[in-house]
Amino acid sequence: MNLALRDIRHNLVRFSLTTVGVGLLLMIVMGMGGIYRGLIEEALLLVDSIGADLWVVQEATRGPFAEVSRVPLTLEDRLRAVPGVRTARAFVSHTIQREYQGKPLRIVVQGLSWPEDRGDWLPIIAGRALGAAHYEMIADRLLGLDLGEKVPLGRDVYTVVGLTNGMVGPGGDGMAFFTVRDALAIQFDLSAESIRLERASRRSRAGSQDIGKTQPFLIERAQGPSAGIPVLPRSMASAVLVQLAPGTDLDAVVRTISAWRDVSVFTSDQQRDLLLKGNVDKARRQLGLFRALLVIISAIIMALIIYTLTLDKVHDIAMLKLMGARNSLILGLILEQALLLGILGYALGYLMGQWVFPRFPRRVVITQDDLIMLAVIVVLISVLSSILGIWKAMRVQPNEVLS
Amino acid sequence: MTSAAIALETRGLTKVYGSGNTEVVAMRDVSLIIGKGEVVALLGPSGAGKSTLLTAVGLINPPTSGTIAIGGRQVMDGPRELVDARIFRRRFIGYVFQKANLIPFLTALENVQLALEINDTAGRDARRRAMELLEYLGVGDRVHNMPYMLSGGQQQRVAVARALANHPQLILADEPTAALDSVRGRQVMDLFRQVAHEKGAAVLVVTHDHRALDVFDRILEMEDGELRAHSADPAKKA
Repeated sequence: MNLALRDIRHNLVRFSLTTVGVGLLLMIVMGMGGIYRGLIEEALLLVDSIGADLWVVQEATRGPFAEVSRVPLTLEDRLRAVPGVRTARAFVSHTIQREYQGKPLRIVVQGLSWPEDRGDWLPIIAGRALGAAHYEMIADRLLGLDLGEKVPLGRDVYTVVGLTNGMVGPGGDGMAFFTVRDALAIQFDLSAESIRLERASRRSRAGSQDIGKTQPFLIERAQGPSAGIPVLPRSMASAVLVQLAPGTDLDAVVRTISAWRDVSVFTSDQQRDLLLKGNVDKARRQLGLFRALLVIISAIIMALIIYTLTLDKVHDIAMLKLMGARNSLILGLILEQALLLGILGYALGYLMGQWVFPRFPRRVVITQDDLIMLAVIVVLISVLSSILGIWKAMRVQPNEVLS
Repeated sequence: MTSAAIALETRGLTKVYGSGNTEVVAMRDVSLIIGKGEVVALLGPSGAGKSTLLTAVGLINPPTSGTIAIGGRQVMDGPRELVDARIFRRRFIGYVFQKANLIPFLTALENVQLALEINDTAGRDARRRAMELLEYLGVGDRVHNMPYMLSGGQQQRVAVARALANHPQLILADEPTAALDSVRGRQVMDLFRQVAHEKGAAVLVVTHDHRALDVFDRILEMEDGELRAHSADPAKKA
C-alpha cells in the first residue's frame, strides 16, 4: 500500500498548492538559466551568423564589442589586396534610440557593405534583402515594424523591405540592417543648426591657430562641409570583416595583417571570447550566483515543507511504529512525497515556463542539458530536503501514540 | 494454568523513572498471568501505573527490571529485549486506545489492510481479510469511509479490527470506551469478550468504566505502582 499517495489524496489541496509554489520556484530557477543562455546566444548571434573569418579593428583595441573601434572605409580595399582574402566588408554597428509614433524605438543599426553584402545571409522571414544603395532597411520582428513601413531616421526615410526573426544585439534590442553609408548617415545625423554651429566653431578654431593665419584658404574650407577638409578623417567603420578563400592559411593572413601598424586583427573565435569575457561575463556570473542561491532557497523551502508535512504526521508515524511497521515504510512515505513534490513541481515549472518565457522581453533559451541538470538537482534537493523529515520521523517513539 | 494456556506472564516488573531525588517508581514488582481467551480489566486511579504496565507488556516502554513472557516466549529481561520488539508487536500484539488512532488518510478498510500488509500479508489477501474483519465487527457498510466520516463507536470498531487483524495473542486496550457513550462503550467491551472467546486472544483492558465490569473474566487493581487486588468475581467490583 502506497501511503505517500494516499496521504496526498487526503491532503490534495494543500499538496497541490505546495506543488504550485515549488513549481513557480523551479520555473524561476529554469528561467535564470534560460536568461543566461539567452544572453550568450544574443551576444554571439551576430558574430556567429555574420560569417567572418577575421575581424580587423582599430589598432590596440579589442574590437567593436569591447570598446570604440574606428577604421577607415578604405581599409576594405587594402584588405581585398591581401592574398587569400576573398571578401572584405565594413562592419558598422551602433545603437540608436529615436521617437517613433510616440514611442521610443531602440535599434541596433548594422551596416551592410553594399553592394557585396545585401543581407542575403540574414534569416529573412518576410520580404527580401536590400535592393538599393540607399533608403532601405531590413528590420527584426522584435522592432515591431511592418513590411513596407516607412521609418524616418535623421533626415531620411527608410522603407522596411525585409523582416528577420531573432536578430538582436547584445543588449537585447532588435537589429536593423542598412547599407554602410546609410548606417553612418544615421549615426552621424546632425541637425542643420548643429552643423552650422560646428562650422562656425571650426572657422573660429582655424582662425586662432597658426595654420589658419598662414593659410587663409583653410579658414574658408573650415566653414564648409567636413568632407571638403582633407585633414579631417573620412567616414569610419567599426571594423572590417574578412572572409578567406577556401584553403587559405589563416595564420599567414593574420601575420600579414598584424604587420600593419594601424589595425589589430582577431579571428572569429577570438572575437567570440572577447565578447563573452567582456560584455557577458559579469552578467553570467551574476545570473549564475543568483541561480545557485535560488537552488539553495528551493532546497530550504522544500525541506521546511517536507518537515512540516512530517510533523503533521508524527502521531500517525508513532502509530505505524507501534503496529510494527518497518522503517522503510515510514521512510518511503516521506521520501516519496518529497520526490513527488520535486518532480511534479519541476514538471509544472517547465510547463509554466513554456508559456511564460516567450513573453519575457529578452530571449530565454532552455537547453536540454540545462533541463537534465536541473532535473538531477531537483531529485537531489528532494532527497536532501526529506532528510530533516526522515530524521524527525526516526526519532518518533511508538509510545507517543499515547500522548 | 498450564504454560500452553498462558498468553501473558510478568514477573517482578518494576519501572523507575529518573534517579536520586527525582526518582519515581511508576511500577513496583508486578507479577501477573493472563490466560488465552481471558478478558482482564485493570483498574486504578490516575498515576497508579496502569499505563506503565500496559506499555511495558506492549513492548513500547521497557521495564527497569523483571521479565515478560508472551505466548510462552520470554521477550523482555529487564530493559533488555530478547526479541525484535517491532516484529513481535506486529505479529503477536494488538493495541486499542482511548482514541481510535486510525491513520486519517486511509479509509477504514485500508487502516485494517495496512496492519496486515505490515505483517507481510499480500495485498489481495490483506484486503479480503480486512473486509471480513470489518463485517464481523459490524462496520462492513462503512469500509470505504475515511475515519472522519465515522462515528466514535465505528472508529473504535475499526481500531479493534486493526488490532485483531494479525491474530494477536495479546490485545492491550487503554481506556477504549472513555470517548464513547455508555451504549457504544458496552458494545466495544462486548466485542472484546466476543473476540477473546472466539479467537482465543488474551485481552488486558485498562478502564475506569465500572458500568461494564461484568464483561471481564477477572479484574486487577493497581495502586501506587503495585498490583493490589485480584478479583475473580467481577460482580463484586461492579
